[in-house]
Amino acid sequence: MGYSNSIRGLYQAQLKEIESAGLFKQERFIHSTQAADIEVEFPAGATVKPAINMCANNYLGMSSHPEVIKAVHAGLDQRGYGMSSVRFICGTQDIHKELERKVTEFLGTEDTILFPSCMDANCGVFEAILTNEDVMISDRLVHASIIDGIRLCSAMHDTFKHSNMEHLEEKLQLHADKRLKVVITDGVFSMDGDTAKLDEMADLCDTYDAMLFVDDSHSSGFIGKTGRGTHEKCGIMGRVDIITTTFGKALGGASGGCVSGRSEIVEMCRQKARPYLFSNTIAPVVVTGVLKVLEILSASTERRDKLETNTEYWRKGLTDAGFVLKEGDTPIVPVMLFNAKLAQDFSRELFNLGIYAIGFFFPVVPKGQARIRTQISAGHDIHHLDKALDAFITVGKKFNILGKSKKEIIDMYGQ
Amino acid sequence: MANDKELKDIVLKYVINEYVEDEEEAEEMDFDTPLISGGLVDSFSMVSLKRFLENKYSISIPDDEATPEAFDSVNKIVVLIKKFL
Repeated sequence: MGYSNSIRGLYQAQLKEIESAGLFKQERFIHSTQAADIEVEFPAGATVKPAINMCANNYLGMSSHPEVIKAVHAGLDQRGYGMSSVRFICGTQDIHKELERKVTEFLGTEDTILFPSCMDANCGVFEAILTNEDVMISDRLVHASIIDGIRLCSAMHDTFKHSNMEHLEEKLQLHADKRLKVVITDGVFSMDGDTAKLDEMADLCDTYDAMLFVDDSHSSGFIGKTGRGTHEKCGIMGRVDIITTTFGKALGGASGGCVSGRSEIVEMCRQKARPYLFSNTIAPVVVTGVLKVLEILSASTERRDKLETNTEYWRKGLTDAGFVLKEGDTPIVPVMLFNAKLAQDFSRELFNLGIYAIGFFFPVVPKGQARIRTQISAGHDIHHLDKALDAFITVGKKFNILGKSKKEIIDMYGQ
Repeated sequence: MANDKELKDIVLKYVINEYVEDEEEAEEMDFDTPLISGGLVDSFSMVSLKRFLENKYSISIPDDEATPEAFDSVNKIVVLIKKFL
């Protein structure tokens, strides 16, 4: 047998190492639809219990929206389940092109190409448009999928300190001789919830003749006055050359992603991007769901407005209670605990009180920056937030961290 | 031409400014601090360090000479630069 005992033993030892380092990830099983109120089995085999979900990317509460579900049922009847082909053989339906047009319109770009996921979009785009004569200059905190895309590309790679525009400018000067330069950032950074300084970045790109790339996965649908994304919030609609985003978060939460931007770049992806060429695209049922989501969001800003109000309410409640938060104005609200064990214990106590929010610690965030990352949704009503706030305060009191500074918390629990 | 000490100071200052966020860690650094093997500079970041040196001293360091070993401390980097000055 190829899979010998020694091979098995090698993997078992590696898994044990992960476990003993406290890095073993366990799934929690949800027995309901994705929503503010969920039914959770955790740990595996435990009795299913109700909880308020405070850690989904379901920013607009569209994951189980009745109109979306209805549209998807109709779409399933009209266009079937699967395509059994990649796009350029026989895997493109009229609705795929329709979605590409609608996304282009929504984001205010020139053209759009769908990918099976935003991970695939980020993995495919750089290799498709750059060569070893070019340079990619990325923020040091960009998402892992961008790092993977960069690794797959032969262009030179350099980084700038997180949101540090002086450092970015130095790097643009350092690489002035390169044929093409691409500045790469997340729109909203997923761990801290801060927003990229896109207006300043767009100006620097103009000055140094560079292209601007933004992954707006944690923005599309709700950041900006009409929810178009960080480019709307920063007043630079039409000045971002490449936007990648996902349909797996605010825009329905199922799956799929895209590259949207300059028409030539989109066409280059259609010709050369490997995840597009060698994988089926988004399933027809998902396409019909995203089309309905975009229709709802284009008709009214009610949901993103509610999300904004909820976010302000939640941030104020936690701040007034005496928690240390990462500053910002997005629905990603990290409650800082600094110590990894404290973050895990805090999360477990919250779950005992019916609140589902996960602790994040090294290596997902830097050492000494452990936290509970809360994410607010338009699907939350005030009673959800009040109940969650009560639970946070109860647990905060138990661990004696309310009103305590970062230094005081670290003095008590270590870093 | 800059003497050895000046070269080392310039490279150390660049490395600290570029890669070290923690002030205490910056103060502890010297010309022998392991950069790559110590996890301070990764292989991605070596690219910008190489470019900085090439631009600063108008030299060209061939890729086969720009090894992680040759970039592993300020002292080693200065030895490398001097080969091409």
